[in-house]
Amino acid sequence: MTAIPQNLDPETVPKDCLPIITVRHLRNAFGEQVIHDDLNLTLCRGEILGVVGGSGTGKSVLLRSIIGLQTPESGEIEVLGENMVGRSEDEAKNIRRRWGILFQNGALFSTLTVAENVEVPLREYFPGIQPPLLDEIASYKIAMGGLPADAGPKYPSELSGGMVKRAGLARALALDPELLFLDEPTAGLDPIAAAAFDQLILGLQKRLDLTVFLITHDLDTLHAICDRVAVLADKKVIAVGTIPELLALDHPWIQEYFNGPRGRTAAQSYEKGVVA
Amino acid sequence: MADPDNHNGDNPHGPVYRVAGALTITRAATTQREINAMPDPLTIDLSEINRMDTVGAWIVYRTVRDRGAKVIGASRDEVSLLKEVAEFDQPAKVHPEEERGFIRAIGELGQWVEETGRTFVGLLGFFGATLIGFANVIRRPGRRFRLNAVVQRFDVVGVRALGIIGLMSFLIGIVIAQQGSVQLAQFGADIYTINLIGRITVRELGTLMTAIMVAGRSGSAFAAQIGTMKITEEIDAMRTIGVSPIEALVIPRMIAAIIMMPLLSFWAMLMALLGGGVFVWFSLQIPPITYIQRLQEVTPPTDLWVGLIKAPVFGFIIALAGCFQGMLVEGNSEEVGTRTTSAVVQSIFLVIVLDAVFAVFFSNIGWV
Repeated sequence: MTAIPQNLDPETVPKDCLPIITVRHLRNAFGEQVIHDDLNLTLCRGEILGVVGGSGTGKSVLLRSIIGLQTPESGEIEVLGENMVGRSEDEAKNIRRRWGILFQNGALFSTLTVAENVEVPLREYFPGIQPPLLDEIASYKIAMGGLPADAGPKYPSELSGGMVKRAGLARALALDPELLFLDEPTAGLDPIAAAAFDQLILGLQKRLDLTVFLITHDLDTLHAICDRVAVLADKKVIAVGTIPELLALDHPWIQEYFNGPRGRTAAQSYEKGVVA
Repeated sequence: MADPDNHNGDNPHGPVYRVAGALTITRAATTQREINAMPDPLTIDLSEINRMDTVGAWIVYRTVRDRGAKVIGASRDEVSLLKEVAEFDQPAKVHPEEERGFIRAIGELGQWVEETGRTFVGLLGFFGATLIGFANVIRRPGRRFRLNAVVQRFDVVGVRALGIIGLMSFLIGIVIAQQGSVQLAQFGADIYTINLIGRITVRELGTLMTAIMVAGRSGSAFAAQIGTMKITEEIDAMRTIGVSPIEALVIPRMIAAIIMMPLLSFWAMLMALLGGGVFVWFSLQIPPITYIQRLQEVTPPTDLWVGLIKAPVFGFIIALAGCFQGMLVEGNSEEVGTRTTSAVVQSIFLVIVLDAVFAVFFSNIGWV
């Protein structure tokens, strides 16, 4: 196994990179079980960074650490120029306003309609915004999420899996975030819905100038929309780069992942331009 | 910053709303208010803004849409953002449409009647299904009877309830004795406090309070456990493997409730008598030996039978309502909560109705 070249080392900040998220020497552990040890990662402004890794490598724990739901044992996390570790709830609120999160299962509030779900962050941070403006904002966010107008008054239990994700995305976009976190956005969707969701994210990222932190298992998503991919293994990010750059490494997990039967199929379809 | 003073200024076509700086969500409320305050025909001048997000663009867009305002000074980026939000314009619907007033009330009444009817029919059906389940178990006890599950339920429903039911009954015994003695003392008849304690706890309260406690403790647990299993598709998995959920889940819980209710009731009666005894000993200076003798004289054995015959029936009702409501859970986790609540409400209600029926029945057959 060759050493990781300098340009793929997760500690290196790429050229022309305006760091939005900087993670340095992160360590997370649950009791005896160490999840992350000396984990480094940089997310640059305007990029879509895909985070991949086997089950149980702590992708979701990394996300939870970055957004402040999990206090790391040690290390530094900086988001949008602010240090995230050991902040008070009030200070964190100002940063939370600037990002949106799509949880794996949508995490919609089940007692509220889709439109009311989108209105929750608006009401929380900007109580001055009144109906009808409030309802109209919710409505166009729902449209941005790719849902029709009649999805607004529906309850989450009446939605299909794909619609739940879109509604969750609409809520994540409610405050016009600069940064979007997506936790397995295409998991549980059929390939057509997943491809449509990928394109939706790509389109929104371009239009709204978003920076996207995307956790995924979906090789198609990685090929279709990610600018760079961070590989999580051995309790740290072992390399960050474009897929061809990563393929040049002879790390066993990376080879297995991208060059396994599924990985090759996904890669071929993009080379031929079948899906793109 | 906005400059709403610039009404009618040098523009012959009406007031100009000039925004400077950032037109973003942070200023959405103020901006909207200022725009609302200005008369038509309005011109919005965007030449001095340095940043605009979709909310800002939306406010400009809706002003153009609704009031025919003119936008000047927009840069290329701003024009394209305005076009983009326009693409996402769709009717804003927030709440499901509902009928109003009288029609709605009638509709809700109808729904309630239908729901109640369905619940009743469903409960009957479930009752039938459990009878069939029982029959199957009795026919082939070796294969169908799940001893481990039943014993485990005995522990959860019975043994672990001893503490709380004992304490509750002890306190109820004290309360009956205290209230009774205060009233009876007015006639100088405080010795009859013992009659009151003996008859009311053995005949009625021991069983009834135990039933209410078991409904709250175990009936709710049955509904929640089975409901959760329904949501996680465990029940469906059981069916496909060929295990009958009625036999595996419902029958053990029913047996446990039916057998544990009389035992717990008896325990509750004893503890209530003890509580009453302690009170009369310290408060009325009636020694325990007199208390016990007097209890034996005034409490007929039929009272005990009245109490104990009701208990397994109540246990059956509690388990039936709990398991039935659990099986009705569908969809989301919120339903587990509502079904658990209905299980408890339903079982306590049915227990009290049946208690009244029993009261009439036993007095008619002469057990008074």
